[in-house]
Amino acid sequence: MVVQIGDSVRRIEDPRLITGNGTYVDDVVLPGLLHLSIVRSPYAHAKITRIDVSAAVNIPGVVAAFTAADLADQLGSLPVGWIVEGTKLPDHPPLAIDTVRYVGDAVAVVVADDKAIAVDAAESVTVDYEQLPVVVGSEEAQKPDAPQLHAEAPENIAFEWEVNGGDWEAAAREAEVVVKQKIINQRLIPNAMETRGVVADYNPGSKQLTLWSSTQIPHLLRMLFSAVTGHPESRVRVIAPEVGGAFGSKLYIYAEEVITGIVAKQLGRPVKWIEGRQENYQATTHGRDHVTYAEIIGKRDGTILGLRCTVHANVGAYLSTFAPLIPTIYFGLMLAGQYKIRAIGCKTFGVFTNTTPVDAYRGAGRPEATYLVERMVDLFAQEIKRDPVAVRRKNMIGAFRRGHEVPTGVMYDTGNYKGTLNKALEMFDYRGFRKEQRAARREGRLLGVGFSCYVEISGAAPSAVAASLGAGAGLWESNTVRVHPTGSVTVYTGTSPHGQGHETSFAQIASAELGIDIDNIEVLHGDTDRQQFGTGTFGSRSIAVGGGALSLSLKKVLAKAKEIAAHQMGVSDSQVDFVNGNFVVEDIPERSMGFAEIAWEAYHAKDLPHGMEPGLEATSFFDPANFTWPFGCHIAVVEINQDTGDVKLIRYIGVDDVGNIINPMILAGMVHGGAAQGIGQALWETAVYSDDGQLITGSMLDYAVPNAKNLPSFELGHTVTPTRENPLGAKGAGETGTIAASPAVVNACVDALKHIGVTHIDMPVTSEKVWRLLDAAGKARPRRK
Amino acid sequence: MVSNNFEYFAPETFDEAARLLAKYRDDGKIVAGGYSLIPLMKLRLASPSVLIDIGGIDELRSITSNGGGLSVGSMATYYEISRSAAVQSAAPALAEAAGQVADVQVRNRGTIGGSLAHSDPAGDLPAVFLALGGTIVAKTRRGSREIAADRFFVDLLTTALRPTEIITEIRFPSAGARSGSAYAKFANKASHYAVAGVAALVTLGADGTVTDARVAVTGVGSKATRAKRTERILKGKEPTASVIRRASDRAAVELAGDVTDDIHASAEYREHLAKVMAENAITSAVERAGG
Repeated sequence: MVVQIGDSVRRIEDPRLITGNGTYVDDVVLPGLLHLSIVRSPYAHAKITRIDVSAAVNIPGVVAAFTAADLADQLGSLPVGWIVEGTKLPDHPPLAIDTVRYVGDAVAVVVADDKAIAVDAAESVTVDYEQLPVVVGSEEAQKPDAPQLHAEAPENIAFEWEVNGGDWEAAAREAEVVVKQKIINQRLIPNAMETRGVVADYNPGSKQLTLWSSTQIPHLLRMLFSAVTGHPESRVRVIAPEVGGAFGSKLYIYAEEVITGIVAKQLGRPVKWIEGRQENYQATTHGRDHVTYAEIIGKRDGTILGLRCTVHANVGAYLSTFAPLIPTIYFGLMLAGQYKIRAIGCKTFGVFTNTTPVDAYRGAGRPEATYLVERMVDLFAQEIKRDPVAVRRKNMIGAFRRGHEVPTGVMYDTGNYKGTLNKALEMFDYRGFRKEQRAARREGRLLGVGFSCYVEISGAAPSAVAASLGAGAGLWESNTVRVHPTGSVTVYTGTSPHGQGHETSFAQIASAELGIDIDNIEVLHGDTDRQQFGTGTFGSRSIAVGGGALSLSLKKVLAKAKEIAAHQMGVSDSQVDFVNGNFVVEDIPERSMGFAEIAWEAYHAKDLPHGMEPGLEATSFFDPANFTWPFGCHIAVVEINQDTGDVKLIRYIGVDDVGNIINPMILAGMVHGGAAQGIGQALWETAVYSDDGQLITGSMLDYAVPNAKNLPSFELGHTVTPTRENPLGAKGAGETGTIAASPAVVNACVDALKHIGVTHIDMPVTSEKVWRLLDAAGKARPRRK
Repeated sequence: MVSNNFEYFAPETFDEAARLLAKYRDDGKIVAGGYSLIPLMKLRLASPSVLIDIGGIDELRSITSNGGGLSVGSMATYYEISRSAAVQSAAPALAEAAGQVADVQVRNRGTIGGSLAHSDPAGDLPAVFLALGGTIVAKTRRGSREIAADRFFVDLLTTALRPTEIITEIRFPSAGARSGSAYAKFANKASHYAVAGVAALVTLGADGTVTDARVAVTGVGSKATRAKRTERILKGKEPTASVIRRASDRAAVELAGDVTDDIHASAEYREHLAKVMAENAITSAVERAGG
């Protein structure tokens, strides 16, 4: 079937995934495979005084055990890929050398014939520690007497970053209202359904090392692996097979990828490491974790004049690959939101603590920014006793199609913010709700509504802009379209999907453009030996940048095919039209050649235009001029149980504008999952450390992942404001739900409680927090009639 | 998440299981649905060297009721219990609690016998078992005995079961006319265990006053516990909203000094939830009793 852009084509990848026919890393089984288990630090901060692996090595079935000292010449420091000015770069050894800095820091590895033996043997490794003082909070870590993690980073400051746009002093002189609020954006655990895993296979003959890894970035991983280990990039092949979710947590080079690769090389046998769930909670990056002091200033008529904040961003014990990017560029530059705010300021401290490293988690900086902006706008509206929607509307940037620069210096591409607000309000019936809310309150029922009007940054990235902001690598994307002699097509993309459905949406774009059956198109990804190069999949970039590269390749293929068609039909190129998959001579419909026919001619090469090379394929590298800026308006309605304080989300409306939509069904799936995660942060999820650095929420028994049972059916809508930054006019849609949801839900909770004087509740809005607020106001557990 | 080594047996008859347990005693452990024991083993918090899986013993799955009461085989799953017409009519609180346990996968595998033998402080069924005044039939290869609910739960994860005994059946007495039972739970958002769960059984007299009440609380302390003060307040009175409220406000009295305080709920909040859940459970039970 030939499909069009905008069709809800069913996901091509789903049948194999839901029938158990996918191949994940743990499904890779090679002859002679060994299993690796990692000895991890039980302490958050300690000196290693002795490691003794002898008992482990003596266990039958154990092949070898290694410490940092054994592999020193092959284990470089794990690199940081995005460096803001002044970033401190202490060593990040894949295996701890003399100090451990968080619970879960890798100390030694054991390799055995089977997994159970490896796990048993790891328990037999003796490590003597001398405990050091621990600090887990970002503010505490900046105090002068706090324990120091790295000699290179005084006061534990990894980086300081600042943006100031507009004239704050002038804005402050005009201001009639100042509202300040401390806001905590709590630490989250990404919880991909598949934990990480690596299989490494070294061929001593060819010196080729193959790594299967559950990663979002096969090519960057190959490049970084080579840099860390010294193994030539040309002799490393990275394969990202099926990847069962990531949410940003597989966007880095990890110690285990390096260690497993090097151990396989050392032993000359294939080695597998599969992360356990509790191990994942300790050893895979976390997200968010900001302590923010914010201030919004404005006039009593509802005009917002300025917004500024100081952020203490917890980066954990080491800088993960993109850690400096998230609380700076992706956060501070986003603080204008949808509004005409005259002055904006942000000062960010990235702070080392004795916790798991923090890096991107779905939304990555923009959920934190949106939460801050939308919470502060609500606080401002509440302070001046104005309607939160009216205040938003009053300050909203008007529609624009040729860029809009905000005080933080970034240029939004296209936008129509009142459009998404109006559409969401149409779906909602705001006036009716307020009436219902008043009536409900008289019956002792607490209802609340919250709004979140967001703009985010997608489509990473224009390489030169990104480089000027600290990126250590180009962020363009590449694509090859290869038409086979019989007319079927393979699309090679450098993006690396892990649940997004690229095999469907990329095939859909190719089917629409080439006019051929989607079943004749195969999309290949995730293998450095198949794809030329690629940046990977993250930051809602794949359709905007990878899809852009695909469009360019399709156009090149079509141009060449058209030339061949014109030549063989004896007319000039300009006389040939491409209609429904056929090359047709203008005004003579009976003279036409099909796409497959041309493919055959391109390879047969018996009669090509003079000088034309045989074959029919094209490769493109697309580097956009700007990011893309999706936006929207989400509305949450909650009901609070006065007896227990429990918050129930009863309605959720999301109107997003992601530019042109490739596949509405996949888009809806993206928004559903994203919103569920944002709602999860608002109401349930939180990673908790004890003061001595133990992760108390160490498993799903204690860390509340959102589930469908606690969510209403989402009501989704769209407006379409195409971007001009890529050939598809699509902006990217992977993160809008997560970015929009948290403030909508928290604003709704506060709205439900504002009659008792509540102005702010930190996430997650747990039942106990709400109960305490009700209790303090004398409103808990009222008498029943 | 890999357990220590263990030997595994899957007997097909009760006698075979009892023989194995007698042979291995403290080294052996009965596994029923496995949803409590296996996670503990994977965490290496439990490392039995012998596992005796009684999942293949069909005689332990039956659910029957007659005039004398309800009998539930120890290997009946939560799902089977929640959907059983016999349970729904004879012991609505049990069906209600079983239907709220964890998630579908757990309800399809987890068993009533496993739940009671494990005595998780936040398990749902222990409270129902106490409130309904059930009896455990525990058998060895040599004989059997009955253990009343009030004597069964000893301490955190500890029951009156002896090392060689296997639970074969749980009996619930017939509650009689004008009786109603209910279970109300405030679930932990992560684990879905009870932060506070209360089961109530109420019997009304001809004059509409409470002739008997049994109320039990789970999730709040180290084991499921009867709320006897609450029961005493209810007895002999007409169960008006204010009486139920007054009785519910005493639901955690027996647990004073033993109230769990953790990241999911402070002790103070747990006590509060116990009161609210008691009120909800008792109110439903009274309604079901025709009050």
